Amino acid sequence: MKTEYFERLQETVYRHVLDNGLTVCVLPKKGFHKTYATFTTQYGSIDNHFKPFYSEHWLQVPDGIAHFLEHKMFEQPDGTDVFQVFSRQGAESNAFTTFTRTSYLFSSTSHVEKNIETLLNFVQEPGFTEQSVEKEKGIIGQEIRMYNDNPDWRVYFGLIENLYHTHPVRVDIAGTVSSISHITKDLLLDCYRTFYHPSNMVLFVVGPVDPEKIIALVEANQQAKNYDDAPPIERRYPDEPKTAYQKESVLKMAVQTPKCMIGFKEGRVHREGGDLLRHELAVQILLEVMFGKSSENYQALVDEGLIDDSFSFEYTEEHEFGFSAVGGNTEDPDRLSERLLEIVRAAKSGALDEESLHRVRKKKIGSFLKALNSPEFIANQYTRYFFNKMNLFDTVSALEKLTADDLVTVLNDHFKEEAFSQCKVVKK
Amino acid sequence: MDYIDEKIHPINGITVHTVKTDQFKTLTLVLQMRAPLKRDTVTKRALLAYVLKSATAKSPSTKALQNRLDDLYGTTLSSQVQKRGNDHLISLFVHTANDRFLSGTSSLTEESIRLLAETLFQPHATDGAFDEKTVNKEKRALRKRIEATFDDKMLYANERLIDEMCKDEPYALHAYGYTEDIDSLTPKALYDYFQQALKEDEIDLYIVGDIDRDHILSIIERVFSFQGRSRLVHDFLFEPVHVTAPKVVKERQDVEQGKLNLGYRTNIVANDPLFYAAQVFNGLFGGFPHSKLFMNVREKASLAYYAASRYDSYKGIIIVMSGIECANYEKAVAIIKEQFQSLQDGAFTVTELDQTKALLKNAVLEALDNPFSLIEQLYRKVLIKDSGDLTAWLNGIEKVTPDEVKQVAGMTALDTIYFLQGQED
Repeated sequence: MKTEYFERLQETVYRHVLDNGLTVCVLPKKGFHKTYATFTTQYGSIDNHFKPFYSEHWLQVPDGIAHFLEHKMFEQPDGTDVFQVFSRQGAESNAFTTFTRTSYLFSSTSHVEKNIETLLNFVQEPGFTEQSVEKEKGIIGQEIRMYNDNPDWRVYFGLIENLYHTHPVRVDIAGTVSSISHITKDLLLDCYRTFYHPSNMVLFVVGPVDPEKIIALVEANQQAKNYDDAPPIERRYPDEPKTAYQKESVLKMAVQTPKCMIGFKEGRVHREGGDLLRHELAVQILLEVMFGKSSENYQALVDEGLIDDSFSFEYTEEHEFGFSAVGGNTEDPDRLSERLLEIVRAAKSGALDEESLHRVRKKKIGSFLKALNSPEFIANQYTRYFFNKMNLFDTVSALEKLTADDLVTVLNDHFKEEAFSQCKVVKK
Repeated sequence: MDYIDEKIHPINGITVHTVKTDQFKTLTLVLQMRAPLKRDTVTKRALLAYVLKSATAKSPSTKALQNRLDDLYGTTLSSQVQKRGNDHLISLFVHTANDRFLSGTSSLTEESIRLLAETLFQPHATDGAFDEKTVNKEKRALRKRIEATFDDKMLYANERLIDEMCKDEPYALHAYGYTEDIDSLTPKALYDYFQQALKEDEIDLYIVGDIDRDHILSIIERVFSFQGRSRLVHDFLFEPVHVTAPKVVKERQDVEQGKLNLGYRTNIVANDPLFYAAQVFNGLFGGFPHSKLFMNVREKASLAYYAASRYDSYKGIIIVMSGIECANYEKAVAIIKEQFQSLQDGAFTVTELDQTKALLKNAVLEALDNPFSLIEQLYRKVLIKDSGDLTAWLNGIEKVTPDEVKQVAGMTALDTIYFLQGQED
């Protein structure tokens, strides 16, 4: 067992890799009532082309299958729903799928050990049938339609679709009503066997727990199951040009207020570890300097009547892709888009204001501390960082080490006009 | 000893609540201003909540104030308006990192308390009127906030259901007010109303963190300088509404998914002896993934992705929410009604009852792990004038009998069905 102690943050992570390859992390939280646990596979919506477990042949699976599998895992071999078991044990349980991960989770203030075993067991034993797979298509169909009616979701995915030519990140995580119609029990099992091997997974437990006891419990649970060693997973992604696929798209929806979101596709991929950590923090700081509430620009956009409280910005980077997204509700999507681009151009041609860099850095350090109140944040983010070979608790020191020169480099590399696109939602 | 170390201190005509805990890496301040929900004050209060956090005399613009907040290690100052039963709440929040985890600062606690007091006692105002530019900016933002509900169809359907169901009751008023009121609100009228609210609202201030009580209280006494204010306590008012015949309201918009919401009246509110049983009833009906709605509307019939119910214990109503294929309206309504009927018939197992109790208790204990939900839990006692602690709450849930659940089901009646459906083909 490895112990990582972060003195300034007063947090300790206990990490242990089991014989079957499963990584177990425990972060004890004194004074907390609930234990929150996530069991995550490094497998998400973009992993749609791979060599199935012990197969020589590449397989292309329908869009939305990782998310579909997440839904079906809740069914147990006896046909019952694992929600029922968690409820009996006083636990709320849930799951979510991202571009690169699928996480199963529970939180509970009692029966913690039993709940951890239930979590491990249900994710390690698929129980779905051909019939129940068909039935799920109705439920997920409604989930897809729910998002289709959500203009914030549509403008965000519309932007990603514009940025990417062929990469599967451009497809909605849940797929489409048409793509999920091709999902079968056998395809789900191919995905399951390939990506749910313990060596591709992390269990993270945070709460008022004894780390050694938890690790021993998980070890005993895993030893009772027979896993063959898994060969490394082979995944394939299309070659993605550095340029944006298209400059603009417009969606018509039943809205009162139009929306506009602009973004840039990151041209260099496959960063990991400290390199990725520095890069994503640098882009985030730049976005904050250019568009944050304390910037001249933000004030100007408000005064010009172009943005409201819904205005936001974010940067997403994973091993295979990265993109920034900036925007929100606006009366004039065309004008807002022009102004945002203008701000980026001005930032690139001007000098970086050291004082605002200093202020933004402080803000980000404080925000990180606040986030550490949340067991959900810790478990989900630690796992994400871990899969990307970074450590969540290095954030503060990485923030402190970023220099103005680093930022200028990133400013010129990331915010390239050839990698720019925009999506607008207007009133139907 | 109870789960929460809360101490209550009457200071300068308001009630200060301190919770000392080393659980969090932050200090959290929440100021609650409570007044009756009224048509002629609802928009004013909504605007006031945002004008107060937008600027102060010392930091007279968004930029100046935000610079200051960033310098305080990303301290946040925010506000919100909400309705609770017949009350309208303005909440101001300050959330800051605990100095202990930062090098080079030791004043965040005091600065945060001062900042919150500044919003009330040194607002950006001169000669009895708020700064016009700030008011205009927030007027525009409020208009946008009100209009945004239309674009979020889940929120919209919920608002429309309440509009129809609670017509003529204060509860139908929108917490964020009405766009048609906005233009006529002047900086002077708003300031006058603010002075009135400072005198007449019931005000509670919560502070949660690793605090030194004496030190904090001495600062509060100094900076929350209410003048001539006597401590006000508003009663929790509730009038039951009895349903004669259920209403059905349908509306069309260009949407892919139909939003089907149903409103039920229990007429059981938070200080009612049947309050715990009403919680359990809602839990069995649609509060959780093991509940009847989830299991039948979603899992068995595959009609919906979400199908859940929510109990509003300040108003004594239960709202069912679901998203369905428009063509499945009749089927979905029939299944929801069947589930309700089955509870009236007492058709639930001991297991279902135990699951529901376990999750209700879990939810309340989990809420202690977030400073904001912890404060919300404590403030509930102020709203309904309840002195019970958490142990009493947990016992109350535990003791609920199947008969009491049946009794709640028997008292509950469908009031309104609201359906937002797509355009005709």
